[in-house]
Amino acid sequence: MTDQTTDTGAVRASAPKTKAASGRVLGLGGKDLSLFLLVLGLALFAPFILNPFPEGSALSQFNAGYPDLMQRFVIFGIFAIGFNILFGLTGYLSFGHAAFLGVGSYAGIWMMKLLTTNVIPAIIGSIVVAGLFALIVGFISLRRSGIYFSILTLAFAMMSFALAYSVLTPITGGETGLQLKYFDPRILDAELAPGNPPRANLFGLNMTSSYELELGSWVFTFNAGYYLAAFMMLLAFYLSIRIFRSPFGMMLRAVKSNQNRLNYTGISSKPYTLAAFVISGMYAGLAGGLLVAMDTQVGAERMFWTASGEVVLMTILGGAGTLIGPVLGAGFIKYFENIISKINSTVLHDWFAFLPDGLENVVVAIIYPFVGKGWHLTLGLLFMLVVIFLPGGLVQGGQKLATVFRRDKNAGSVESDAAKKQPGHPGE
Amino acid sequence: MGILEVKGVGKRFGGLQALGDVNLSVAESTVHAIIGPNGAGKSTLLNCLVGKLIPDTGSVLFDGKSVLGRKPHEINQMGISRVFQTPEIFADLSVLENVMIPCFAKRDGAFRLHAIESVENEKSLQDKAEEMLADVNMLEKRNMLASALSRGDKRRLEMAMCLVQDPRLLLLDEPTAGMARADTNNTIDLLKEINDKRDITMCIIEHDMHVVFSLAERITVLAQGTPLVEDTPENIKGHPKVREAYLGEAQV
Repeated sequence: MTDQTTDTGAVRASAPKTKAASGRVLGLGGKDLSLFLLVLGLALFAPFILNPFPEGSALSQFNAGYPDLMQRFVIFGIFAIGFNILFGLTGYLSFGHAAFLGVGSYAGIWMMKLLTTNVIPAIIGSIVVAGLFALIVGFISLRRSGIYFSILTLAFAMMSFALAYSVLTPITGGETGLQLKYFDPRILDAELAPGNPPRANLFGLNMTSSYELELGSWVFTFNAGYYLAAFMMLLAFYLSIRIFRSPFGMMLRAVKSNQNRLNYTGISSKPYTLAAFVISGMYAGLAGGLLVAMDTQVGAERMFWTASGEVVLMTILGGAGTLIGPVLGAGFIKYFENIISKINSTVLHDWFAFLPDGLENVVVAIIYPFVGKGWHLTLGLLFMLVVIFLPGGLVQGGQKLATVFRRDKNAGSVESDAAKKQPGHPGE
Repeated sequence: MGILEVKGVGKRFGGLQALGDVNLSVAESTVHAIIGPNGAGKSTLLNCLVGKLIPDTGSVLFDGKSVLGRKPHEINQMGISRVFQTPEIFADLSVLENVMIPCFAKRDGAFRLHAIESVENEKSLQDKAEEMLADVNMLEKRNMLASALSRGDKRRLEMAMCLVQDPRLLLLDEPTAGMARADTNNTIDLLKEINDKRDITMCIIEHDMHVVFSLAERITVLAQGTPLVEDTPENIKGHPKVREAYLGEAQV
């Protein structure tokens, strides 16, 4: 039976060849469990996987295995996973989710300023405050649907940004934002030694502390902050799988499919959408709290509308409504943001030094607008390609590759079905 | 006293009196049809019964309790299910999920935050839904996406979604509108079958005479927002007022 209820695809009684039949581990069915283990493996071994090129080689600038970027991968992964619970399941497109991320960050840093530099209270505070804020914003915004809902959430986010940037300067630090200071109260912490700046820690383990492993010409960095964030991401991912497979998740998909029928079936759709909104707001708050736990500073620009747009891009690029899509999308965008933007004209000239001088300059001139500060151009083109050719996002791309290699077209999954169902897909 | 009592219901849209003074009583376990020409107010009346519209005057009692001012989901929870003119189903969900959602609604009410439990552990509801699908001969299609169903199967699925809740009153809004004759006959057979098996109270809004006379035990004829007559199908067929107002030259 395990293979029947949650699959939304065409006839697939022929698929239980995975562990589905042998029972459930952690409450996950076979396919979900493999997916979770895959993400677990990726997260644990990220320092290796993201550093494939030896130190000092020409390709080493494509390495992404440094703590700051790895932290961003998993933190924005959390943000996108949460966003996907709202957008992927209910179809309500929020354009203001960065507000919850920002509110979570502010709540987190205040916990660290007032209580303790231990990150646990900060993270809990972030989730709670962002959840409460999402409850208010959601209660009002969910009175409308479609484009009006999007505009309402956008308005709330821009109001939050404007407040944080100017009016609420005593709380938010305005333009300069907030940092941890030596003279913060920290009522739970012992006095710091003079000249010792306060640092985010987990029961004494400094978030910035790293262990570097040198293997030949490779250097792998294992960072405490990254592993805390990765643990949280795994927890968030696990919860999102459970939500996708729950009756609650089914109701959310029903909201997206036909809200009218749902109401005439005796279900009040508003509390369901509101719960989804608050849950995804709490995910955003968690991401905001983790950002603070990693770099101990907040600025209002974190709530700007482009930040809200970015999470929409991540989710759609990866595959809205799929489980792993948002994580992939977040990683993809953050990788480009950090790696492509590092390539400057000197690097380009190095690469093309083998060409005759005149030609080298021409080639560099052509490529230059797409790298460095122009990385948005590359991202925009890639986004267009994905939306046009893979409306189901990267997950659909992976699925297509898999079918090419396996020649096993019956082995669909919820991932592929959700990916195939994207609006505007000409095949439907 | 019927299970559904409509008393003096009136509804005005601007200058148009859509419903004048409608009185109607649907007895338990009967199939009651409401017929009338276009613009007679059939759909307005139905929308007043399910909470989509609130009438200006009069009262609608279901099982002795007023339904006025209640939301559609509350009215469904009272025991009224509705079948739409074009089948309203969850097209992006599987057939089985389509039938399980009404089961959840029946068991858990309008809202429950069951976000961690797995649907796969809800064996009893799953069995109930599968039984229902077997009843409408759709069990082998349970894992199909509902959008992939034929039109007739979508109609059957919608019926199954309503019936699995064991409604005390099933409202059908022109269930054969726009159908070919063969499909219409299939729908009639389906409804007859349901009626024989379940002894359910049905209220059918219909345009098609053929459907009405094959199914209904009582018929109310609505014209220009007021009921003309209410009687058995045999008497309605020969009624001069009805012929004049509605049937006209139609062959019945």
